[in-house]
Parts: sequence; structure tokens; C-alpha cells
Amino acid sequence: MMRVQIEKRKAVAQPQKLNPPRRIQLLKNLTFYLPLLILTLLVFTAIFADLLAPHDPVAVSMPDRLLPPAFMKGGTPKYLLGTDQLGRDILSRMIYGSRISLSVSLAVIAITASIGTVMGIVAGYLGGATEALLMRITDISMAFPPMLLALLLAVVFGPGFWTVVLALSILGWAPYARLIRGETLKLRNADFVAQARINGASSLRIMVKHIFPNIVNSLIVVITMAVGMLILAEAALSFLGVGVPPPAPSWGYMVNEGRSVIDRAWWISTFPGIVIGLVVLSGNFLGDWIRDKLDPRLRQL
Amino acid sequence: MIKKQTKKVLEVEGLRTSFFTRKGEVKAVDGISFFVREGETLGLVGESGCGKTVTGLSLLRLLPEPAGRILGGKIYLDGINLLALSKKEMRAVRGKMISMILQDPMTSLNPVYTVGEQIAEPVRQHQGLRGENAREAVIAALRLLHIPSPELRLRDYPFQLSGGMRQRVVGAIAMSCNPRLLIADEPTTALDATIQAQYLALFKEVQKKTNVAIIFITHDFGVVARMCHRVAVMYAGKIVETAPTEVIFKQPRHPYTKALINSVPRLDRKVERLYSIEGQPPSLMNLPPGCRFCPRCPEAKEICREQEPAEKQVGPEHSVFCWQVS
Repeated sequence: MMRVQIEKRKAVAQPQKLNPPRRIQLLKNLTFYLPLLILTLLVFTAIFADLLAPHDPVAVSMPDRLLPPAFMKGGTPKYLLGTDQLGRDILSRMIYGSRISLSVSLAVIAITASIGTVMGIVAGYLGGATEALLMRITDISMAFPPMLLALLLAVVFGPGFWTVVLALSILGWAPYARLIRGETLKLRNADFVAQARINGASSLRIMVKHIFPNIVNSLIVVITMAVGMLILAEAALSFLGVGVPPPAPSWGYMVNEGRSVIDRAWWISTFPGIVIGLVVLSGNFLGDWIRDKLDPRLRQL
Repeated sequence: MIKKQTKKVLEVEGLRTSFFTRKGEVKAVDGISFFVREGETLGLVGESGCGKTVTGLSLLRLLPEPAGRILGGKIYLDGINLLALSKKEMRAVRGKMISMILQDPMTSLNPVYTVGEQIAEPVRQHQGLRGENAREAVIAALRLLHIPSPELRLRDYPFQLSGGMRQRVVGAIAMSCNPRLLIADEPTTALDATIQAQYLALFKEVQKKTNVAIIFITHDFGVVARMCHRVAVMYAGKIVETAPTEVIFKQPRHPYTKALINSVPRLDRKVERLYSIEGQPPSLMNLPPGCRFCPRCPEAKEICREQEPAEKQVGPEHSVFCWQVS
């Protein structure tokens, strides 16, 4: 009798335990709102770069070269984050640089997610020889070193916006294909897919209408995380000199430019570096958050 | 209970379906023949793995590819041989002429669409109805299955409905295009007893209204007694006995049918221990040469082990495959 009572009390006490203390909840929400704020700011900056930038990002002004940020000794409020070797405003270049980072990642995501999703669903649903062929292609493309291929492409086609997009897309679809195929395999044997077949739906219809909407969740998570990865990849390519060619202001390229004078003018590399880090981190956090929210196993808690 | 005058909707002749696995050929359905009339319910009874579901899937030509294949026989639906149709023609048959209800209502609806959208899909595809007309057809289907306030329910998502209600929605999808034949594969197994009784009553009513022919796949003799006009008993891929429902219960002739009915618990008989059939059904990969039931049959003789029994008519609409029945 006693034991029963104790167990009952435990059961009553449990729901309270599930609610984490306010501080932790606030922190949890912060990992959602802060990344969201940063990414929104990024999009906003990219769209309104013309209005926001105080200077022309490519205007050379030799008298103003290597000026430190405004808050340091010798800095002027005219150049808030200082200038580079050619006297170009760092802040303005970073603002315009967001356009490149964002447009490259969006273009790459559009291409890779589409190819990967189509290949994943087709391979997963049709199975057999189609699946074997598509998945071997996926395996092969995953075996290539991506940076090496990107460098090769840049050499062949010459650096440029579309070369960067191609270099990042040509292998980038493979992880999508793998993930989507896995999800499709789970859904292929679901009763509601069998029921659709019983009702006379064609394979195409089942893939588009019944399987695709059920994998959108996973797709959104991967895409959110890919934003950060792609901005990093674009920066890496620019750093190596095969990104969007100068004088276009790309973050990765700015880091590279500042390298030679880092002992005298640390701000040239540091500020774009910080922004890259922040954006990548935001993408990852937001992706994690969305995954947690969409995961029904976690949602029920 | 026999419906004499009505037309045969479905006639199956010598249907053979096999699965080709790495280990060999599995003869899941091995030459079965049966028919169903308009407005009639045929019970397909037998233990797990005897080929009931495969028979249902074969009628729709929806066997899991590439392992499953229909090797022979004929399936006539209103006189048309389904096995001679092209894939595209077959798709037009599915959902429109023949539909099927699966076992588990919790998983047979797509979680991302509303109930209305899911019923509308076959309506649009097979009847070409759009907009308001499609909506009316959806509501009519929901009404047919006695789903209360259908105008509101069609906006619900599956997760908002109870199991019994979901299974009604599945029924509404199946009946939405007024099919000639409905295959119900243990549709009540996942429901609790009271809901099950309601559902069966509902289907009798639906059948009266629409005159649909039903093949009811089950292993529950209680369901058979309540639902079916005729019964076909399957064992290891073969039909061993076919008879009107009362006859099956009162005068089962095949030893397997007798054993099955004996193993159903009954309120009117006092027994020490519930009867059970000794042994296991044979592996469908290497079947015994004679009668399939003979290793477990209490009446088996020499001939049973050597030759397969032929069909014997023992009464009106009553046929048995057994050497010991004269």
C-alpha cells in the first residue's frame, strides 16, 4: 500500500520536472532567436546593400589606405571599420560581400537540393537497377575531393560567379540524394503509399504527391544547415583565389587580402572572418532548432 | 443467404502467384478458383501465411516487385480478363472498379493531407470531377460511411481522428468511386470489439446500398458468421473448401475446415482444453506431393500422401478438395 502511494506521488511530481528552469528555456530560445536575427540581418543587408553602404566598395582612395577602425587611435568616423591597402572601406565591402555569399549559397542550394531530392526519391521509390545506378553515381561523387575539383574547374572555366556555383553544386547534391533516398525507403512501404497504389495512382503521382510532402521536413533542416556550410565553402574558394574574382568584395577574398598585412592592419581579415563565423554558426543553430521542432519524437515530450 | 440470381462480378480461374526469392520459388497462391456475385460477400479464411492477402493483391496486380509474379490463371472482372490489361489500363481499374481496405487505419492515411483531400484524389482521377462537384462526391462518400458532419470532417487531418473514424475514412476512400468489388483485408483487426461490430454493420449497410461485391479476408470466424454469404477456406496457397456460410459452420467437410471451426472457442460447449491443430503448415517452398494438409490431417490415408485431391461437389455451391470425402 505504501509503495503504491509513493509511486503515485512520483507520477504526479513528474510533469513539473519536464519543464526546465526559466533560465535554460531562455537560453534555448536564444539559440533560435539570435541565429534567426543574424540571418535575417544578412538577407536584409544583401538586399539593401546600396542604401546601407557608406562608400563605394571598390572605390580606391590611396590617401586613406590602411586606416584603423573608428574606435581605435588614428581611425576616423568616415571609415567605421577601417580601410584596406587600397583605401577601400571595409564596412562597405562587407555589406556588398553579403550579396555574393548569399547569392552563391542560394543558387547552390536551389541546384543541389533539386537534383538530390529528385535522385533520392526516384532511387528510393523505384528501387532495383535504377536505384543501384543512381546510388553508385552518388557514391562516386562523394569520393571526389571537393576543393580539388573546384580548383580544377576554376582553372578550366576561369574564376567567376557561375564557376563557383558549378564547383559547389557538382558534388553538393550527393548528401541530399542519400538522405532523401533513406527517407523514401521508409515511406515506400508505408500503408498510405500502398493505399495510393490501390486507388490507382501512378508512380510519378505517388512520388510527387505522397512521398515528397513527407520528406520536406528533413529537407528544410538540411538546407538550413547547408547555408552556413556553403558560405564557408565560398569563402574558402575565394580565399584560395578561385572565387568570385576581385574587385568584387567577397568575404573570403577579403580575409585573403588582409593576410599579408595582418601584423599592421588586423582589421582587414578579422571583421570578415568574424562575420563568416557568425553566419555559419547561425545556420547550424537554426538548423538544429528546426530539426528538434520537426522531430515528432522530441515534439511529444 | 445464398444470392442466386445476381451476376458474377469476379471470376478467378486457376490463379497462381509465386515469389521468387534467393532461396527459391515460394508458391504463395497455387491454382485457386473462385467467384463473387454482385452484392455478395465472400469470406477468405485461413491461417497466417496461407495466401489470403497475396490473393487480394494479385486481383489488383499489386504484388511487391520484382519478387512477386502472377504465373498463370485468369481474373475476370465483369467479363474482362484483368491479367490481359496494360499497366495503364490496370491503373484505371484500381480504385474505380476494385478497391481495397488495408488492416491498419492508423497508417493507411497520408499524414500531410486532410481527409477531404485524400478522398478527393481518386474522385478526381477516376471520375474527372473538379471543384464543387468533387467536394460533393467527397461528402457523399463520407455520408455513406456515416461520418458525422462530413462538411467539417473533410477539413480534418488524420491525426485528429480516432482509429474507428479513420477506418471509416479509409472505407469512404474505397467506396468513393462506386467500385464493383471491394477487397477488405482484415479491416477490423486493429479496432476494438465494439467499434469492430459497428464497422461490420456499417459495411453490410453500404453493401445493401451500393450492391458492391466484397471479398472479406479474415481469420476470425466470428466476423465470417456476421459478414459473409459464402466462405472459401485457404490452406497453404490452395482453396480447400468453398461453401455457403451456414453450411461451413454446420457441415464442414474438409478436415482442415473442421479443425478450424473446432478451434474457435464457443459459449455453448464445455471443453477442458481448446482444440488446436497439431504441427505447422508446410513450407511453401517445398510442398508435399499429395494433399497439403495430410501431414497434419487425422484422416490421412495412403492416397493423400501421393496424389493431390481433385475438386468434389458435395452440395449446392459446396465443393471440397479431399480424398476422404465421397
